[in-house]
Amino acid sequence: MSGYVLRRVGQSLLALLGVSIVVFALMHLVPGDPIRTALGTRFDQDVYEVLLARSGLDQPIPIQYVDWLTSALVGDLGVSFRTGQPVSDALMQRLPATALLAVAALLVGIVIALPAGIVSAVRQGKPVDYAANGFAQVGVSVPDFWYGILLILVFAQILGWLPPSGYTSPLDDPVDALRRLILPAVTAGVVTGAILTRFVRSSVLEAMSADHVRLARAKGMPSGYVLRHHVLRNAWIPIITVSGLQLGTLLGGIVVVEVVFAWNGLGRLALDAVVRRDYPVLQGAVLLIAGVFLLINLLVDLVYAKLDPRIAAS
Amino acid sequence: MMSEAPVLSVRDLEVSFATKRGVARVVRGVSYEVAAGETLAIVGESGSGKSVSTLALTKLIPIPPGRVTGQALLGDDDLVPLSERQLLEYRGTRVGYVFQDPMTSLNPVHTIGRQLTEHTRYHLGLSESQARERAVELLEQVGIPAAESRLDDHPHQFSGGMRQRVVIAIGLACDPDVLIADEATTALDVTTQAQILDLVRRLQRERGMAVVWITHDLGVVAGIADRVLVMYAGEVVEQAGVDTLFDLPRHPYTVGLLESLPVLGDLERRDLTAIPGLPPPPTHLPEGCAFHPRCAFRHDERCATERPPLTEVAPGHSIRSFYAVPEEAARAASTAARLPEPGSDRTTDPEGRDDARSGRT
Repeated sequence: MSGYVLRRVGQSLLALLGVSIVVFALMHLVPGDPIRTALGTRFDQDVYEVLLARSGLDQPIPIQYVDWLTSALVGDLGVSFRTGQPVSDALMQRLPATALLAVAALLVGIVIALPAGIVSAVRQGKPVDYAANGFAQVGVSVPDFWYGILLILVFAQILGWLPPSGYTSPLDDPVDALRRLILPAVTAGVVTGAILTRFVRSSVLEAMSADHVRLARAKGMPSGYVLRHHVLRNAWIPIITVSGLQLGTLLGGIVVVEVVFAWNGLGRLALDAVVRRDYPVLQGAVLLIAGVFLLINLLVDLVYAKLDPRIAAS
Repeated sequence: MMSEAPVLSVRDLEVSFATKRGVARVVRGVSYEVAAGETLAIVGESGSGKSVSTLALTKLIPIPPGRVTGQALLGDDDLVPLSERQLLEYRGTRVGYVFQDPMTSLNPVHTIGRQLTEHTRYHLGLSESQARERAVELLEQVGIPAAESRLDDHPHQFSGGMRQRVVIAIGLACDPDVLIADEATTALDVTTQAQILDLVRRLQRERGMAVVWITHDLGVVAGIADRVLVMYAGEVVEQAGVDTLFDLPRHPYTVGLLESLPVLGDLERRDLTAIPGLPPPPTHLPEGCAFHPRCAFRHDERCATERPPLTEVAPGHSIRSFYAVPEEAARAASTAARLPEPGSDRTTDPEGRDDARSGRT
């Protein structure tokens, strides 16, 4: 087991190194000179050269990469071209909002998907199965910004129960934070829930058709017991994997929901950075999202190994 | 042995499934009896209904779309009308099942010990330590060395043959009256297969258990069975003692099966004979005798229009055909079975053969 953990950690670090190269290359692949862009109309050749030397952009590319990586390792991701704020500060300011929203959305998704997926698998071909499938189909087909706008319209505009947008830290005002969290979490959660529902259903169906489930029934174990201890116990393994991947996707991919709900998270930060060609911020955001994604994957794999004794052994 | 009251008595068992292409009649009017200590082999091709007919006894098939009628008497209790909840008292406890594939029959995420104790704890009310003791005892009986230390191992830590022994131990754990072994050795190599057959025969003698052994391997039948049912298209086409079936088969289908066997040591290199055609789909069974479109002995219009009844051709030997295969032809076909497939105990354990066959002649 410990060998497996070490191997997986090593793989994750290697992947992160790969990501860092891609992220670093980003700056050099994107056309245009970032310092020239940053100076804009205030361009002056002397200032330009000073800034160029200070930023290290006049060095050979491999040296630039090593410099950037070594400072990134100690948390120094440079400063924003636009605001002059250290990138790591900007990221840390935004990370909690995105993490909160992503975790909340995943919870909403799981709360929808587990019962819907399990019931529709157990009652395969019955009306409840068709209902769950219909929900899943609609859920994945309709874009999330549409749900977002619809929810804002109904719950903020017409009913006035919840605020339409904005983020409050739960540390400042837990009640307001929760009220503001509900609509974006449900918006992102419905889509996640729809994806997961289909997945839970197929995992449970597959687990139900296993020979050992038939043997468990042939042993005279009650159907509820067989479902809990034999079917779901095996179905968890793929469900947990996909849930982990969904969390990773949510962390990096709720840009649209963040924009619709004016949610000050990483997604909006990254989007603004793209629009403003603020490469250090963009690099930092992508690196952070990739790092968190890899970390979640690593954790998922460790849980996975705990659930399926065959994995750590192989 | 035959005079004892049967442990399991199946009468007119019918199993059908509602499908998009119509009603699939997969088991049609199957009747048989098995006494304590006796082994009945059910033989047939894939799709002949042999597995379904035994799964249906305790309704281990999806219902609906499945439907079971007839009688399945275990002692005096008819299992067919029972509810799912009532059947829990029979499954695993009085009817033990051993399934085909040892690689998939065990749950990969639970330990062997857990899988060997959950039903003894549930049905027999054993405490955890009692159940573990029982599990060790069972594993020792089925020949797993260092049983105690292996209880906490997972299935992937066992070889195929060892897993099949575990699956057999699970089937035996609650001391069933009837053990149903569905292709229990098919996935195993020849040596392991012979060991498992010996094991089941020994345990059967010790416990006086009735065994229903489902297989398509005639070598296994010769090695283990007292009596044989041959199934085709959901019905019993021939029923006989094992010696009679191999020496003097009378149904055209059985004769065809025996002729399709390779003969070990046949220096003349007789060509293997295949039965022409394919079994009918259960949704579209032919009129008359289900086998007549493929029958080499087909005689007349009657075969194509009238369903033949199961008729006795000799004491304890019946066939479902209007025309029994003539004795000379039957004997010629039976030469194929003189030397059985490798894997039966006739080639690996001549003594076991005598054991299996005593008490019947």
